[in-house]
Amino acid sequence: MSDKFEPNIVAFLCNWCSYAGADLAGTSRIQYPPNLHIVRVMCTGRVNPLFVVNAFQQGADGVLVSGCHPGDCHYMEGNYYARRRFTLIRELLEYVGVDPKRFHMSWVSASEGAKWKDVVEEVVENAKAAGPFDQFRRNKINW
Amino acid sequence: MNNKPKIGVYVCHCGINIAKTVGVDSVTEYAAQLPNVKVARNYSYMCSDPGQLLVKEDIKNEGLNRIVVSACSPRMHEATFRKTLVEAGLNPYYLEMANIREQCSWVHEDENEATEKAKKLVASAVVKARLLEPLEEKEVEVEPATLVIGGGIAGIQAALDIADAGFQVYMVEKTPSVGGTMARLDKTFPTLDCSACILTPKMVDVASHPNIELMTYSQVEEITGYVGNFDVKVRKKARYVDVDKCTGCGICAEECRLKNRVPSEFEEGMGKRSAIYMPFPQAVPAKFTVDPERCIYLTRGKCGESPKCVDACPSQAVDFEQEDEFVDVRVGAVIVATGFDVFDASRKPEYGYQDYDNVLTALEMERLVSASGPTGGKIVLGEGDDAYTPKEIAFIKCVGSRDESVGNEYCSRVCCMYTAKLAHLVHEKIPDANVRIYYMDVRAFGKGFEEFYDRVRREGIRYIRGNPSEIFKRGDKLVIKAEDTLKAMPLEDEVDMVVLAVGLEPRRDSREIIDLLRLSQSGDRFYMEAHPKLAPVDTATDGVYLAGCAQGPKDIPDTVAQAKGAASSALILLSSGRVKVQAQVSVVNEETCRGCTYCVEICPYGAIEMVEVNQMGHQVSVARVNEVLCKGCGACVAGCFSGSIQQKSFKDGQILPQLAVLGVM
Repeated sequence: MSDKFEPNIVAFLCNWCSYAGADLAGTSRIQYPPNLHIVRVMCTGRVNPLFVVNAFQQGADGVLVSGCHPGDCHYMEGNYYARRRFTLIRELLEYVGVDPKRFHMSWVSASEGAKWKDVVEEVVENAKAAGPFDQFRRNKINW
Repeated sequence: MNNKPKIGVYVCHCGINIAKTVGVDSVTEYAAQLPNVKVARNYSYMCSDPGQLLVKEDIKNEGLNRIVVSACSPRMHEATFRKTLVEAGLNPYYLEMANIREQCSWVHEDENEATEKAKKLVASAVVKARLLEPLEEKEVEVEPATLVIGGGIAGIQAALDIADAGFQVYMVEKTPSVGGTMARLDKTFPTLDCSACILTPKMVDVASHPNIELMTYSQVEEITGYVGNFDVKVRKKARYVDVDKCTGCGICAEECRLKNRVPSEFEEGMGKRSAIYMPFPQAVPAKFTVDPERCIYLTRGKCGESPKCVDACPSQAVDFEQEDEFVDVRVGAVIVATGFDVFDASRKPEYGYQDYDNVLTALEMERLVSASGPTGGKIVLGEGDDAYTPKEIAFIKCVGSRDESVGNEYCSRVCCMYTAKLAHLVHEKIPDANVRIYYMDVRAFGKGFEEFYDRVRREGIRYIRGNPSEIFKRGDKLVIKAEDTLKAMPLEDEVDMVVLAVGLEPRRDSREIIDLLRLSQSGDRFYMEAHPKLAPVDTATDGVYLAGCAQGPKDIPDTVAQAKGAASSALILLSSGRVKVQAQVSVVNEETCRGCTYCVEICPYGAIEMVEVNQMGHQVSVARVNEVLCKGCGACVAGCFSGSIQQKSFKDGQILPQLAVLGVM
C-alpha cells in the first residue's frame, strides 16, 4: 500500500514571499509533485495554529506553513509570530501522537522558485514515509 | 440584492498554458455541479476583453453575485477581475481566484493529476466564494511629495522629472555630493560623450530647483506609514562645516595637516585628498566636509594648537561643535535609486589584484584615462622616476560576473561596452600600444553598441576568446595564462598592465533599505521589482518604486529610462491625489472582545487601540482597529484568545471550509 499512497498536503503560504516563490516556480516551469494544495493568506502571522489541527482533522496527511525569511516579513514581524506559534504547535502535535514529519515550516522568498520545489518534495516525501493519517479524520464535508 | 450565493466559475485556457495539462472541460463540468454554482464556463483567455465580457453578461443575465476565476495567479490578474466586477456593478471583493496556472498546469506534467488538482483548487475557491462579503475601499489623501533615496543619475533624473511636474522632492544622498558613479566616468559608450559634461548640468539643476530639497551627506533613518503618507526621518550627518557660510574656496583643504595624505574615494584611492575635502571639483553642493574617520582633531581630540582649517577659513565656516541633525518629512511616494557597488577584484585572487600594482580595476582605469583624474588623463604607471607608459595592455572581462564561484550568475551588462570604450581610449592615448581583450562572449546589444564594437576591432584591438586562469609576475612583466578557445591553444601572454572588467554588485549596505521599506531581493540580490516585465519599476510595497542599478545592472540610457518610469509611477500617485487603502483589514467583534490588549501588543503598525464602550449598562474596554493604519496582515487575528478579531476576506470562517474541501476530496 505504501507504494501507491499519495499523501494529501495542505500548505499555508504568505502572499508576499512564499506564494510569489511558488508562482515563480510555475513561471520557470519547475516540476514538482501535485500532492500539495495551497491556501493563500496575506502573512504567516495570520495562520491560526487551529488551522493546522483542523487540516489534519479534515484529512490532510501533512501540513506546511511557509513564509518570508526571518527579517524579511512584508509586515515586519508576522513571520516571527508564526515561528513561535508553530514551534509550540509542533511539540503539541508530537505530544498528541502526530508524527512530526507531517508538519513543516519553511522560509521561501519570492525569488526562490527552485527552493519551493525542494520544500514541496521534502514535505511530500516525509508525509509519504509517515503514511496515511486518519487519527483525527472526519469524513464528511459540511457544505 | 438577494444575497444567496449564485456563483459563476470561469475556467481559463490561457491559450494552451493551462489547457495543455489541465482538462478544462472536465474542470468546468466538475465546477458546474458544486453547490451554489449557477454558471460554469471555460474560455481561451479570460483576461481578454471578450473573456471579461462573458463574466459581465452573466452577472447581468444570470444574476450572479460571486465570481470564481480559475486562471493564473491572483498576483497577476486579481486586480483585473476585481475591476470587471465593479464594471458589472458587483462589489470587487466578491471575487475569488483559483491559481491553476502557476501552481498547477505549469508545474505538473501528468494530465490526470493536474486536472484533479485543478478541481480541488476550484472547489476550494468556490467554497470560499460562497462566504465572501462585500468590502468597502477607503481612500486617503496623498501627500504631494516624493522621497528620492540616492543621488546618482537615476535619482537625479527621477527627482528632476517629478519636480518639473510641480511636486516637492526630497533627495537624500549618503555621500557629500550628488553625481554617483556616473560622475567618476570619463567618457560614455558608445557615443563617447564626456560623462561629466552631460551630468554636471543635471547635478546643478537638482541643487537649484525650487521644488527639490537636496540633503547630501544624509541618511534615511526611519520610514513609517503607508502609500500616500510615509513619514520619513532623515539624519543629516554633521559635516563640521556650516554649509551656509562655506564658499567652497578650498583654503581649508590646503591648510589641512593631512593634505594629500588621505586616499580619495572619488579617485578610487589613486589620488589623495585632505581630511577636510570636497569629493571632486564639480561636486554639488560645492561645500567642504570633514572626514570624521580621518580628521586628526576628531579622532584624537587635538590638532596642534588649534585646527588649521578653522583658523584658515575666511568665512569661519568650519565648526567642530556641529552635531547630526534630524529632519522629518512626509511624502506620498518613495523612489529607491541607491545604485550598486563594483565587484571587489580581490575576491578573484588568481588575477593578482592585491599583489601587483599594475593590475587595475576598470573603475581605476576610468580615473586614469580621465582628464580630471589623478594623472590628468595620462596613462602612466609607477611614480616619480619609475613612471612609465604601458605598451602591452590586456583587459579581462567578466570579472565577478557570470561566475558562480563568486555567487554572481548574472551578466553585469555594462562591462563589454565599457571595456571596448576603455580599449578605444587607450588606443587613442597610446597609439603604439598593443591592446587585447580576453572575453567569454561579447554582448553588444544596445543601440549603437555593435557598431562601436566593430569600430574598436578595426582600430586594431584584438579580442581573444578565453578566460585567463592565472596572472603572475615574470621579471618586470605580468604573465597572463589562458587558453585561446577559438584556436584551442594554451598561451602565455606578457603584458605591462592588466585591467579587470569588474562587474556590478548589489550595494554592500543594501540591507539598510530592505529593513526600511520591506523590499524583496531577487536571486541576484538586487532589489526585486513587482513584476519583471509589466511592473519593472514598482515594488511589492505600494508607493515605493525602483530606479537604476539598485534593481539590477544597467547602463546609463537604461537607468535614465527607468528613472523616468519610476518618476511617472510616482506622479500617477501624486497627481491623482487620493489612494485606496487596504480593504482586507481586521475588525473586532466588540461584543466578545474581552479587552486583554494582546492584539494591541501584536500589531506592528499600532493600528489597534483600546476604547471604552457601554455594553448592557457596563463600561468595558474593548479593542478597535483603525482601518487606515491596518495593513491587513492578520497577525492579531491568529493571536486573539477569544476569536473576536477577524480579517476581512480571510476570516476563520472563510478559511476553515477551504481546508475541509482540500483535505477530504
